[in-house]
Amino acid sequence: MKKLIKNGKIYLDGKFENKDILINDEKIEQIGSDIQNDNFEVIDAKGNFVLPGFVDLHSHLRDPGQTNKEDIVSGTKAAAKGGFTTICAMPNTEPIVDNVATVEYIKRKAKDLGYSKVEVIGALTKKSEGKEISEIASMIEYGIVAVSDDGHCVQNAKIKLNAMKYASSFDIPVIVHPEEYNLAGSGQINAGKYSTKLGLGGIPGLAEEIIIARDIMLAESSKCRLHIAHVSTAKAIDLIREAKKKGVSVTCEVTPHHLLLTEDLCENFDTNTKVKPPLRTEKDRKACIAGLIDGTIDFIATDHAPHADYEKEREFVLAPFGINGFESAFASLYSELVLTGNISLELLIEKMSTAPAKFIKKNIGEIKEGRVADLTIVNLDDTICLTSGNMLSKSKNTPYLNKTLKGKVIQTFCNGRETWKA
Amino acid sequence: MKNTNNFVGRNLYDLADFSKEEIISILKTTQAMKEINLRDYKKLPTLRGKTVCTLFFENSTRTKMSFELAANRLSADVVSFSASTSSLTKGESLQDTVYTLNAMGIDLYIIRHSCPGTPQLVNKYSGKPVLNAGDGRHAHPTQALLDIFSIWEKRGTLEGLKIAIVGDIAHSRVVRSNLIGMKKLGASVTVCAPKTLMPSKMEEVYGCTVDYDLKSALKDADVIMGLRMQLERQSEGLFPSLEEYTKRYVLSKETIKFAKKDALIMHPGPMNRGIEILPEIADSNQSIIIEQVANGVAVRMALIYLTLGGKI
Amino acid sequence: MKVKSQIMNEEAINRTLKRIAHQIIENNKGLENVYLIGIRSRGVPMAERLQKYLEKFEDFKVPVGILDITLYRDDLSTIAQQPVLKGSQIDFDINNSNIILTDDVLYTGRTVRAAIDALLDFGRPKQIELCVLIDRGHRELPIKANYIGKNVPTSNEEIIKVSFKETDGEDKVRIMLRD
Repeated sequence: MKKLIKNGKIYLDGKFENKDILINDEKIEQIGSDIQNDNFEVIDAKGNFVLPGFVDLHSHLRDPGQTNKEDIVSGTKAAAKGGFTTICAMPNTEPIVDNVATVEYIKRKAKDLGYSKVEVIGALTKKSEGKEISEIASMIEYGIVAVSDDGHCVQNAKIKLNAMKYASSFDIPVIVHPEEYNLAGSGQINAGKYSTKLGLGGIPGLAEEIIIARDIMLAESSKCRLHIAHVSTAKAIDLIREAKKKGVSVTCEVTPHHLLLTEDLCENFDTNTKVKPPLRTEKDRKACIAGLIDGTIDFIATDHAPHADYEKEREFVLAPFGINGFESAFASLYSELVLTGNISLELLIEKMSTAPAKFIKKNIGEIKEGRVADLTIVNLDDTICLTSGNMLSKSKNTPYLNKTLKGKVIQTFCNGRETWKA
Repeated sequence: MKNTNNFVGRNLYDLADFSKEEIISILKTTQAMKEINLRDYKKLPTLRGKTVCTLFFENSTRTKMSFELAANRLSADVVSFSASTSSLTKGESLQDTVYTLNAMGIDLYIIRHSCPGTPQLVNKYSGKPVLNAGDGRHAHPTQALLDIFSIWEKRGTLEGLKIAIVGDIAHSRVVRSNLIGMKKLGASVTVCAPKTLMPSKMEEVYGCTVDYDLKSALKDADVIMGLRMQLERQSEGLFPSLEEYTKRYVLSKETIKFAKKDALIMHPGPMNRGIEILPEIADSNQSIIIEQVANGVAVRMALIYLTLGGKI
Repeated sequence: MKVKSQIMNEEAINRTLKRIAHQIIENNKGLENVYLIGIRSRGVPMAERLQKYLEKFEDFKVPVGILDITLYRDDLSTIAQQPVLKGSQIDFDINNSNIILTDDVLYTGRTVRAAIDALLDFGRPKQIELCVLIDRGHRELPIKANYIGKNVPTSNEEIIKVSFKETDGEDKVRIMLRD
């Protein structure tokens, strides 16, 4: 049966319009004013906003191998609840996604059991060890959208250069997790005021910036599409801004937490503030927002990194890095960036849907006739409050636990199928 | 003079948790406890029936002995749990360890751990008061209190004193706690180390003075505290050799000339004689290093007494 | 708290203490080996005054010590309301001595019990005697004073408030009523 979404404010070409959307099976058949009901299933949007489904370039689904933290079903359910219709899975699973079998496993499981589309990012080097290039061409045949050793960082510049050269022949983006291991050391939080005060090892911005500077030069040399994951410092953003000006093929993303949170939150040793790169200073946070506005930062990616409660519930130094992202991303950004007047709602939608969709060159991220119906309906006046009871992710490691945020995803459609309803 | 003991059931994570007045009242209680340690019969019945657990995840014979002696002198029962650092990643989780111990009826935990913030976790899991006996590089409040007591006892106040702390500032929890406490009591503190052993933003965080030159750091100091310099910092590439370090930073007759004539010489121990301090200074009349150890027991008696008073 | 009545003034207190000093002399010929130990807080000025009278009558200065019994109390739960811990000050050897413990009021006997315990940690006296200004009854332990200034029958609702010039700026003993 066809579905008719009525009474919604639809995001069309950068504006909100009061239109109806007619969905036929997977696709948007018609967008129009006052489409007459012809035995359709009517969905009353009740004046709420209808947005193009969110696209996340950076997430960890932990499947295969670490399904105590998350699996493809729980991960995509959480994503749908957060309004995401397409998510990209990073390859640092067990085994690492450096082979076609694992690519195929993830794609098949997601297709059969998932609540959002899952695109796969393959490993740049075998086992992400930074030594030998993985079988990138073969994995591309099976549909990977990018390559990355995320969670790890190739330290050897020559190996990195060769891997980027190799990747450049397929026009596939290489995503770098910028971290110079010696400078990062056994650091726990941002190097600075709070690492001094709390006696925790510091991860200097330099550890991130030095790899970004290096990889920009390598990208220039190799003509590879370079994408920089989770930028977090003002200096890093400056480096990318300069590179873009010079015409280097470089893009970058920022996480919601680096846009919203700062190092001072670590003061009570809450392991849900322990992320990599670490939460930085207010100056860095402001630079992230400025970079988002001036276009230096291409889009927002959650870096959804679930960890089981018992892994996070322990000594700060011994707890793993990473926080849950899907279910809080939109509400936290809407509450703390849009409602505070830092950015417009339109820009937020661009950075969460349109821009990341373009990056992976999929025909999604905009509401248009003939496209697949990936739609997210949000009630901007309603609130959410994530609790360990109502979260759909297997892991509850979010700094937003038990906090009330404005901007509730009330319904999500993925390929025309309802995948979430509040 | 009636005074309400508002220490009962409180945690001591760091000196930031206490006001100036509270710190002074701990010092006064310590004074009374010190008298007991000078008696022939060094035992009080005060904490009969209370159980104190020392939870040491890092080796420290001195601190552990000092705490256990303090609890014993007040007649509390003391049980000890020791675990090696390697067991932290493999063995039972801290949460399970504390749940298990708590089931045995512990009234107060004393914890030493290499990870900052762990005392807070022990309190979270046990619901019982916790005294921090050192958590990583973060804090060591009982050592700071005994250092402060040792100065206070000699000088009557810390107000207006100039204190110089010399050595591996970066890896020292003692310095961090001392800076908080000494500052609260009105002293001005200068920290001195090679740049590679000085954490960033010290002035901003602690309101202290940073100096990389020993002589100017010691100028007019009322109190000089040396810190242990560990050989492994050399292999970490933080300084070239102990010999060169000693040349620039050792406390000797020669270097302490720049301080006041009667400056107190302190060291939290264990000392590396000949590296950060020469015997001529460590054993001089100005040195109160041995008294610091004695005061340690008294301070810990005071804290255990104040924390456990009130809840039966 | 309000005042019910005043039972002793400055003159009465001094007269009583003089009388007790004479009794001490009678019981301890020559004052050999006698030490006065005041229980903090108001046992201390009492001991010091007795010292003064004894010296006047016998020309012999009996040493005075101070005992802080806070750490020996059997009611840890009330530490929260205890006076600040000031510590004891006993600068003489009490082994084989005759100790006279002084305190302002004898009530349940628990303070005296704690004081005896505390004292025994300093050594083994030959004899301990107890001297109080007021005995108000209501004993909870089998304890009896050797020297009593005044017996004052009271109810449990009443409080005996002893003030000394040294600690309170005036010499007075009053019966107070709880609010």
